[in-house]
Amino acid sequence: MRRVYLDNAATTPVRAEVAELIHEYMVKHFGNPSSVHWFGREARRGLDRAREQVAGLIGAHPDEIVFTSGGTEADNLAIKGVAALKGIQGKHLITSAIEHHAIIHSTEQLERQGLQVTYLAVDEHGLVEPDHLAHALRPETILASVMLANNEVGTIQPIRELAALCRAKGVLFHTDAVQAAGQLDIDVKALDVDLMSISSHKLYGPKGIGALYIRKGCRVEPLAHGGGHERKRRAGTENLPGIVGFGLAAELSRQELPERREHLEALRDRLVQGILGGISHSRLNGHPQLRLPNNCNVSIEFVEGESMLLNLDLLGIAASSGSACTSGALEPSHVLLAMGLSHELAHGSLRFSLGRQNTAGDVDYVISTLPGIVARLREISPLHAGRE
Amino acid sequence: MAEVYLDNSATTRVWPEVPQLMESVYRDQYGNPSSLHKRGVVAEKVLDTSRQELAAAVGCHPHELFFTSGGTEANNWAVFGLAGVRKPRGKRIITTAVEHPSILVPLDVLAERGFEVIRLPVDWRGELEASRLAAALTPDTVLVTIMAVNNEVGAVQDWAALSPLVRERAPHAAVHVDAVQALAKLPLLCLEQADTVSFSAHKLHGPQGVGALYVREGTRIQPLIFGGEQERKLRAGTENVAGVAGFALAVRLCRERGQELMQLLHELYQGLSDIPGFGCNGPTPGAGAPHILNAYFEGIPRGEVLVHALASRGVYVSTGSACHSRRSRPSHVLSAMHRSGDALTGAVRFSLGAATTREEIRQAVAATAEAVAELRLHSGKGSRSGAAGYGALR
Repeated sequence: MRRVYLDNAATTPVRAEVAELIHEYMVKHFGNPSSVHWFGREARRGLDRAREQVAGLIGAHPDEIVFTSGGTEADNLAIKGVAALKGIQGKHLITSAIEHHAIIHSTEQLERQGLQVTYLAVDEHGLVEPDHLAHALRPETILASVMLANNEVGTIQPIRELAALCRAKGVLFHTDAVQAAGQLDIDVKALDVDLMSISSHKLYGPKGIGALYIRKGCRVEPLAHGGGHERKRRAGTENLPGIVGFGLAAELSRQELPERREHLEALRDRLVQGILGGISHSRLNGHPQLRLPNNCNVSIEFVEGESMLLNLDLLGIAASSGSACTSGALEPSHVLLAMGLSHELAHGSLRFSLGRQNTAGDVDYVISTLPGIVARLREISPLHAGRE
Repeated sequence: MAEVYLDNSATTRVWPEVPQLMESVYRDQYGNPSSLHKRGVVAEKVLDTSRQELAAAVGCHPHELFFTSGGTEANNWAVFGLAGVRKPRGKRIITTAVEHPSILVPLDVLAERGFEVIRLPVDWRGELEASRLAAALTPDTVLVTIMAVNNEVGAVQDWAALSPLVRERAPHAAVHVDAVQALAKLPLLCLEQADTVSFSAHKLHGPQGVGALYVREGTRIQPLIFGGEQERKLRAGTENVAGVAGFALAVRLCRERGQELMQLLHELYQGLSDIPGFGCNGPTPGAGAPHILNAYFEGIPRGEVLVHALASRGVYVSTGSACHSRRSRPSHVLSAMHRSGDALTGAVRFSLGAATTREEIRQAVAATAEAVAELRLHSGKGSRSGAAGYGALR
């Protein structure tokens, strides 16, 4: 059976050269980078190079990169690290209604401790309106956090504009770029953000490693204390094999970015057109233009997303109904609901996320398979009875 | 000369099978365990199997084991997570002066937030006397955190004697044990006595960047990292599947192939004690952990100088905790043990691993004898009093 992996927003396969480098570091350069002896120094050289590579992907200085255990920890560190320094009681934070749960659950935790939080609404395409942010800013606002590109629908936010509004008021700005890094040309200096989260396993690196960009001069209170690692910003023996793997994946992503983007966009457009053209009562979720090169999120009326997923899986196609982190939940996507979709449409959504390894043949396989699945499911759907 | 790596308390070389397994996970089981499709299911199975295997090895139920990014995160999570939910009951926290920084620094943070943190002194071997703990415990104590094995000197705390005191005198207190240096080294891991116990993979020939926290069923604990439903909603973030699989395999291989390190430690001790002026900080072999020996030599006042002299002879040791090795402050552990002079500032830690051989011990002893003699000669002390002068100090 043909196997097509179209869930690259959930995680990506580690590329072979990255897996080899990780293996090499585990076997040959296994030192603790904090150790002063040769093994430790060799480890530190790997650490330093990886930091340059990751910094290079987003236009940062290597000193501004703090390695974490992943995107979730980076998001937690940004939100809670700023709040711990700037204060919680009587203070205010702004974010959007469509953030990843790593942000939303962190802000909810801080709300229980007395922080006031504004969740900005988004329009039908998932865009945050800069005016809304401007109006939400208060003298006691300590931080705004808006994701660069959404993990479910792929909408790309006007980060430069949003960050500038915050800069003008002296408010720190964080962006979760976990989905965008490796797909979009990102420059933290041009965007003028203070903090940015990125993750390795979304760009063909290993799981268990990510980074937070912390602009020089910006301070955050660590989440994990104890040891001078990461310039005292994140304690714990460095996950060196993970870090060098992330570094190489970041470096390769930077080099391949223009072709990767072109490749993914062509596949995405082919997939979107194929699905919308082949299935009645289907619609694209997210912004028609301002969207990630790899994201195709569609709602198909009168069918359950999960039923479609199971049927696709039986035919060798891996996709998702939204974020993998909440895929066990029966709740409809908070992102789609925030964009104004009905519960029915939100439940009938599918996310195909493309990767560098996908081909036009993969996309055509989905285009030829999905309509049949939908037709069968609609036949037995009470929602669909008597519609067509 | 072949390299002799005796810094296994800092980090270890992985078992050769561990990176092989991890590479195969990267290649074949790359899915996100939370995904519903086959790729997700396959990855989830790797996670489940690894969790079951580790749980069986440490002696707990699989759903009591939560994966983290390492020992430091596990310790931070335990301290903040246990104290956080118990704040209404009291603010007293009891620990020892010789804990790892990943316990002591979070406790400093809690002290700033209004908790009363008692750092109990230890005896000259680095052990906590039960009577000291008994005297410190009060009914409003909310957390007791004491390590199983000290990472710098190998002192082992007598949890069997300590835990009844806690249960009796501080019934509301949660108990955390930092067992990072104990897993795969000691037969018992204090799970019986504790509410939470922390572990790390890279100290036992597993990968860096993965650890675990045992959380006894029913224990109330706040998450440290929020944002997803992974790890029963207590630790968010896509699971490090390959790392977790490598962790489980490393523990299994330690059980299958691990040798009796205590005999080698005895041999190391015997060999080093023939060097004039030798002294040992902490327990002597047999009285502490089987893999750590903290040594010093009279007339060698700076441990890092000896570390470098040994490194130039292909023998890799450390002055103490690797986390501190870039600072020159004397060890908080040795200070708490009332060590002074050369014993405090000249200490070096030899730590053994599963692959350490008798020949390596012999080489390490020979290199140390040479390095010590050379350093004494350079400092001018050796030439006058001679080696015999140091013999008297023992």
